[in-house]
Amino acid sequence: MNRLPLMILVGLLLVGGGVVAGVWYYFTPKYTRVGYQPLQPVAFSHKVHVDQLGLDCRYCHHDVERAWFSNIPASSTCMNCHNQVLKDDPRLALVRESVATGRPIPWVQVHKVPDYVYFNHAVHVNRGVSCVECHGRVDQMDEVYHAKPLSMAFCLDCHRDPASFLRPLDKVTDLAWRWSVDPAEHARQQRTQGRWLMEHWRVESLQNCSACHR
Amino acid sequence: MRYFLLIYALVVGIVVAIAGCRGSLSRKPPIEVFPDMDRQLKLRPQQPNGFFPNGISSQPPVPGTIRRSLPIQTLSGPVYPFEDAPVNTGRWPGVTNFVELNPLAVSGALLRRGQERFGIYCAPCHGPAGDGNGVTRKLGMAVVANLHDPRIVEMPDGEIFHVISHGRNLMQGYAAQIPVEDRWAIVAYVRVLQRSWLGSLEDLPLHLRQSLERQP
Repeated sequence: MNRLPLMILVGLLLVGGGVVAGVWYYFTPKYTRVGYQPLQPVAFSHKVHVDQLGLDCRYCHHDVERAWFSNIPASSTCMNCHNQVLKDDPRLALVRESVATGRPIPWVQVHKVPDYVYFNHAVHVNRGVSCVECHGRVDQMDEVYHAKPLSMAFCLDCHRDPASFLRPLDKVTDLAWRWSVDPAEHARQQRTQGRWLMEHWRVESLQNCSACHR
Repeated sequence: MRYFLLIYALVVGIVVAIAGCRGSLSRKPPIEVFPDMDRQLKLRPQQPNGFFPNGISSQPPVPGTIRRSLPIQTLSGPVYPFEDAPVNTGRWPGVTNFVELNPLAVSGALLRRGQERFGIYCAPCHGPAGDGNGVTRKLGMAVVANLHDPRIVEMPDGEIFHVISHGRNLMQGYAAQIPVEDRWAIVAYVRVLQRSWLGSLEDLPLHLRQSLERQP
């Protein structure tokens, strides 16, 4: 009996399956973006400032509730404290230089949506979408890395079912916040309260193209 | 067939060894599988830009620029940000005297707003109670004003607004971080904090007084 046709078939299936599996696994922002952790010019630790000191996200990113763009703070914002705290620390040399000369610190952007996506920070944080949903537990990061894929499917997961993600407005910047410590109770509360918030704020499940692409 | 399987396993092994798994940390910028129009010829805020000599795309406004905005509703009517009015400067127009009272209508909503904003911008140094015992005290910020100090309790509202806006001594101004209305909300909330320390038991309504008196 000639086994060649069978072998060719098995071989093709293996190669085809392997290519499909590879593309499925690697050709997605879950692989290409998640974990991106650029080396920043200043060793700023979100963990120290947010988790240990308890600063609110909005102390530095103060325009996030008013603008589509969540601002990187001006160097003078650092100097609100660092004109006294760690005043002569060499790690902050670049910050002091930036304040003195007016030249911005060349921070490396971690999260970037393509230029054809019009994401608005203000409408999200003012309607109970927490920072943590897209940026992950930045309060636990010494160095910021890309925690979520920010792919179109990722956006749609929430846009198709906002009730599963909404939370009270005063908890938006509290990244560790849960409805309850018990996961089952949290899920139950999220369902009922999330639906209530959605109706209360008249949050729409926007899925038309022009909601994000204009 | 054996050789084929061997090579197949080898190729899979090499791909996994080189490409790694999802989510592993990397210094290298994200791979863009289809980069079409991801980066367009338009300026986005705070991105570097070689067109201007200082390399900034978000150019600071020319001195004297008046920003386009809606007027602020004050007790004496709507005021635009460019007007020389107490709500913008904390002072009476044309003179250096500070206004005594908050030009905004003080309501429960304004106080709650002030409480929230105080927690974000002021509490790190002045402490949640305003007594100067914020988290920065332990880190070497030696002189933080106690907002219950008689000097500050006696300050006119306009002067507190002025200090929030432009700073004083070692404190830097917060005009860039806190919009005008929020600064007045914070001023109103600072008065709440001060009142909470200056008040006596007799100031409380009867039912609240009883609940306090019952405690040992």
